[in-house]
Amino acid sequence: MKPRHSFWHMWGWPIVLGVLTTLGLISALFSDGGVGDVLAWFALGIPVAVCAWYGWRRA
Amino acid sequence: MNSRKIKTWAWVHKWSSLVCTVFMLLLCITGLPLIFHHEIGHLLGTEVEAPKMPADTPRVSLDRVLETARSKHPDRVVQFVSQPEDDDGLWLVTLTPTPEPTEDFKSVAIDARTGVVLAQPKFDEGFMYVMFKLHVDLFAGLAGKLFLGFMGLLLLVAIVSGVVLYSPFMRKLDFGTVRREKRPRLKWLDLHNLLGIVTLVWLFVVGSTGMINTWADLIIKYWQYDQLSTLLAPYKNEPIVPAAERASVQRSMEVALKQAPDMKLSFIAFPGTSFSSPHHTTFFLRGNEPFTSKLLKPVLVDAKTAQVTASPEMPWYLTGLLVSQPLHFGDYGGMPMQIIWALLDIATIIVLGSGLYLWLKRGKTVPAPSPVPASPASRSGPQHGGQQPEPAPAMKVQA
Repeated sequence: MKPRHSFWHMWGWPIVLGVLTTLGLISALFSDGGVGDVLAWFALGIPVAVCAWYGWRRA
Repeated sequence: MNSRKIKTWAWVHKWSSLVCTVFMLLLCITGLPLIFHHEIGHLLGTEVEAPKMPADTPRVSLDRVLETARSKHPDRVVQFVSQPEDDDGLWLVTLTPTPEPTEDFKSVAIDARTGVVLAQPKFDEGFMYVMFKLHVDLFAGLAGKLFLGFMGLLLLVAIVSGVVLYSPFMRKLDFGTVRREKRPRLKWLDLHNLLGIVTLVWLFVVGSTGMINTWADLIIKYWQYDQLSTLLAPYKNEPIVPAAERASVQRSMEVALKQAPDMKLSFIAFPGTSFSSPHHTTFFLRGNEPFTSKLLKPVLVDAKTAQVTASPEMPWYLTGLLVSQPLHFGDYGGMPMQIIWALLDIATIIVLGSGLYLWLKRGKTVPAPSPVPASPASRSGPQHGGQQPEPAPAMKVQA
């Protein structure tokens, strides 16, 4: 059976969120209260927001 | 992927996660307060802080600090002295009955400027201690650590197999779909898949660094055997240098710090303890930069003569251990990072809990290899009203 979704349709968002998480984890490692920390908050905060948005919103 | 492969991966996912789930739930729940251990310590009043004084206030000699600590516990030896990363006005002295590794220790917090005892914090009792022990070794020492490390390995297997299974389960759904209008099992399956795939990288990093942390004792032992034993060969058969024959610790520290002027003291290990040798006082220094502050450099100072014997570079495996620690603790990016860590931890609890629920309410877990569309409407794809062929007919019958 042919998949209905292309690779990017299925894996696009998981990959974007995975890259963001990686970026956030590394960014805070090289920062001490600076821009790197803020970048980490956003990069890790977006996956958290995605969990909350899709997990809580009513259909 | 054919249905045989899917079945194999589903089997791997089911058993790897089933075995570790209860322990992972325990680790997630006990880990939650540990993320905020500093803040909770402040609230409970158990966190010791040195009173504010001008930065250039002169400091008392470390020898006097040690004397004061010993006078509180004359029957014990000093094993370690450390300084909190963010508070160099404080010395924390750890005293034990013998230099060997032990759970029986007393701590004395001494003001580095006045030499006054500020507190004798008890790190081996209370709520946070129970959380910590359950999280680290289940009160079972090295065996407990290694057991939890193995559970961590199973978690990693469960994550990888979960990613493989994501595609057959999601091939007809848009990202983030949670089918709430149908039976609860579908809703929890979708939530499990959604939260699982979103927290994937974070959980993999926290899981693998946690597993690496369980090997810390062994890694340090290996380092002593691999590198320190060569350095310490000349002192091999010598007994622990008696306290009366030791040079000034203050002077030894100054000598050690002179080795690396751009570094700060992290902690001192005294002769005969697990981080030193019978003949040396070992000073562990850390860098000043955000990243290098997580790395340590040991300086071995002869306990009798206060001469530097060696200052070996940390091998890659110890560097790896030290770098993996902040990635596990989540305490390296300020309070917002800690909150995000806690939220991701809660998301993981939901992934674990929903996985358990899906198993308890199990039906057919493998999606049908080529489902027959139930009605013409389903051919128009998942975007139109959630007409996905899942769950497979067999599951409907069982459920």
